[in-house]
Amino acid sequence: MKNTIKNIIKPYQDEKGSLIPILQAVQEKTGFISEDAVSAIALELKMSEHEIYGVATFYTQFRYTKPGDHMVKVCLGTACHVRGGEQLLDRTETILNIKPGQTTPDSAFSLERVACMGCCALAPVIVVDNKIYPNVTVPKVEKIISKKE
Amino acid sequence: MDFAEIRKKAIAGWKDLVSSKTPVIYLGAATCGRAAGIEAVAEEIRKISKELSLNIRLVEVGCIGPCYLEPLIYIQKNGYPSVCYGKITPRKIKKLLEDYLINNDPRPDLALGTLGDGQINGIPGLFEHPMLKYQTRLVLRNCGIIDPEQIDHYIARYGYLGIKKALGMSPSEVIDEVKTSGIRGRGGAGFPTWKKWEICHNVQSDDKYLICNADEGDPGAFMNRSLLEGDPHAVLEGLLIGAYAIGANHGYIYIRAEYPLAIKRLEHAISQMKSYNLLGNNILGSDFSFDIKIKKGAGAFVCGEETALIASVMGKRGMPMPRPPFPAISGVWGKPTIINNVETLGTLATIIRRGGEWFAGFGSKFSKGTKTFSLVGKVKRTGLIEIPLGTPLKTIIFDIGGGTSGDKKFKAVQTGGPSGGCIPAELISLPVDYESLMSAYSIMGSGGMIVLDEDTCVVDIASYFLSFIQAESCGKCSPCRIGTKVMLDILEKIKSGKGEMADIDKLISLAKTIKKASLCGLGQTAPNSVLSTLRYFRSEYEAHIIDKSCPALVCKDLIKYTISKEKCAGCGICREKCPAGAITGKKKKAHIINESLCVKCGICYQVCPAKYGAVEKKTGFLT
Repeated sequence: MKNTIKNIIKPYQDEKGSLIPILQAVQEKTGFISEDAVSAIALELKMSEHEIYGVATFYTQFRYTKPGDHMVKVCLGTACHVRGGEQLLDRTETILNIKPGQTTPDSAFSLERVACMGCCALAPVIVVDNKIYPNVTVPKVEKIISKKE
Repeated sequence: MDFAEIRKKAIAGWKDLVSSKTPVIYLGAATCGRAAGIEAVAEEIRKISKELSLNIRLVEVGCIGPCYLEPLIYIQKNGYPSVCYGKITPRKIKKLLEDYLINNDPRPDLALGTLGDGQINGIPGLFEHPMLKYQTRLVLRNCGIIDPEQIDHYIARYGYLGIKKALGMSPSEVIDEVKTSGIRGRGGAGFPTWKKWEICHNVQSDDKYLICNADEGDPGAFMNRSLLEGDPHAVLEGLLIGAYAIGANHGYIYIRAEYPLAIKRLEHAISQMKSYNLLGNNILGSDFSFDIKIKKGAGAFVCGEETALIASVMGKRGMPMPRPPFPAISGVWGKPTIINNVETLGTLATIIRRGGEWFAGFGSKFSKGTKTFSLVGKVKRTGLIEIPLGTPLKTIIFDIGGGTSGDKKFKAVQTGGPSGGCIPAELISLPVDYESLMSAYSIMGSGGMIVLDEDTCVVDIASYFLSFIQAESCGKCSPCRIGTKVMLDILEKIKSGKGEMADIDKLISLAKTIKKASLCGLGQTAPNSVLSTLRYFRSEYEAHIIDKSCPALVCKDLIKYTISKEKCAGCGICREKCPAGAITGKKKKAHIINESLCVKCGICYQVCPAKYGAVEKKTGFLT
């Protein structure tokens, strides 16, 4: 882990205030922010671990557990909300039997709710592994997810 | 190569494209086009062109706006204007290409309109389309027209002439020109852009920062995403002009990580600018030097607030600070800092190039120019639009948007995101400008416009926005942190049918305190959604409290699903799809829902074939 972090930090070395991009790069590379990663970053940046957690937990982007193989995001922006996004989330929770922020026991799926994907004209949308599905209906959720199983 | 030569080359390249002997197909490839399936269409075109031995040039463009018709393509044949087609699928495309490219039939029955010079019999101009004809496109002028990854396309269409002109003026003259234009910040508050600049311009400092706020956080708004994806150079040129005017030498673009395509387009555009000496030292041979870095937001709505954004840029928790000092005097690393919205910056090049007076010719008395809006929700034609300020709501929702989807009754339009309010149907003639929206107890905001119909519950909408704000409150000051939580609890109580009339007074009194006592704009505007819905739709709150009913049939605890004995044909689809096993019934006999098992997911309501329409929602059964 120490070497991975070293390599990630390298391009930011001469830049002040790079903790957030570093955390983003770590998450992109390893899928989440592990305790080991935080220790290694703390060592490299000469910051306390508390400080790093303080910043990271302020932002919704960061996760602290390993995500599942597939990431399901249900958009709950205003347009999605008025067009039934909440029902899609309910349905997804039932199908996967987890709540937002959780991962299925077989590590196949993680579920997240997002504030807005900016695809409001095609609302409601859900996103699976970065692919956006437009105009989703409750019955369609099952089809989209079962394709990934 | 100097800029004149670059421009000459760009114009030649653009002419070559628009008068290409080889047919050109332009693909609407912004995020919405991709979501709707443009990539599969492109793949199919490549396949077909091989099969039919057709030579075709494919060009990716941004979004022209009518997102409800995505995926959109434009076919340009030599000697004819491009023809725009909507809702294209891989299945449809082969026949269309055969018809038009081989048999010379442009299929007027499928075409939406023509784009460019010339006419084709039977096909109207694309800008005659009702969604486009009321629009005035200044900031979106290139979106959906040019390839956003080709700086030459931008340059061929007057790109970077704004900064070229600005560099021949003094910074004060640039600020004066922007003052004449009357443009006000497009991010929400509507503060005059020139005023902000002037403060910063007058401060002496070796380092100054200009930040482009692309942290488009309002749910239901995507104007900035579309502009950055469709015409990134317009925004970047605006950054250069702003930086020159205030004397900034460092620039940041603070953009949401949720917009990967916009980030990619910006990164690409920045590297192109460097290769043309439009960025770096001595830009275009002048004394002006500037660099731009991209900072990805990590998901915090409050970072749209200037002081919070600055903290985030410096790698800290994005928590607002009290002012003074104002960022224009002390911002990033204590240096003078200006933050401008994407759309404000995207408009500047045109303002400088064509003059402030020209720009001020659009719009209304105190709200000059045009403004983009994302027209979404329960409206027929959803998408991105740009209209002169002062355009009545009616024109936007009914003429451009085509009215509500499914011809339900229009109830209200929500503007201004979580800080805004709901404007009811009675005020449909209201002109859309900063002052008028405020007089109706909403705000312009960044441009989200969410149409609500009779099936939308305003108590639910208010609680939706409040739960959003509550989750996004940074927690620094207690009126916002605790106050929004208490308000949300009350709303939840009302939604579940347990509300009391005294709760309404409690909501109003809390709202007043939160507005007065919160530190930043997020808290100060947090109660707006509740106050505006209470003002215009109080009877709906009372229905929840007194009648224990939700007139819009939304609030789960107050509705139930039943199957009409008369209408049900016993097809069994609902029984099959019900995830709770709550529906029973024999084939061809009326089915029944077991209320104690029903989870109110609404699947039966959605899957019941329209010809039966047997599943019904009911409310008002609790009293």
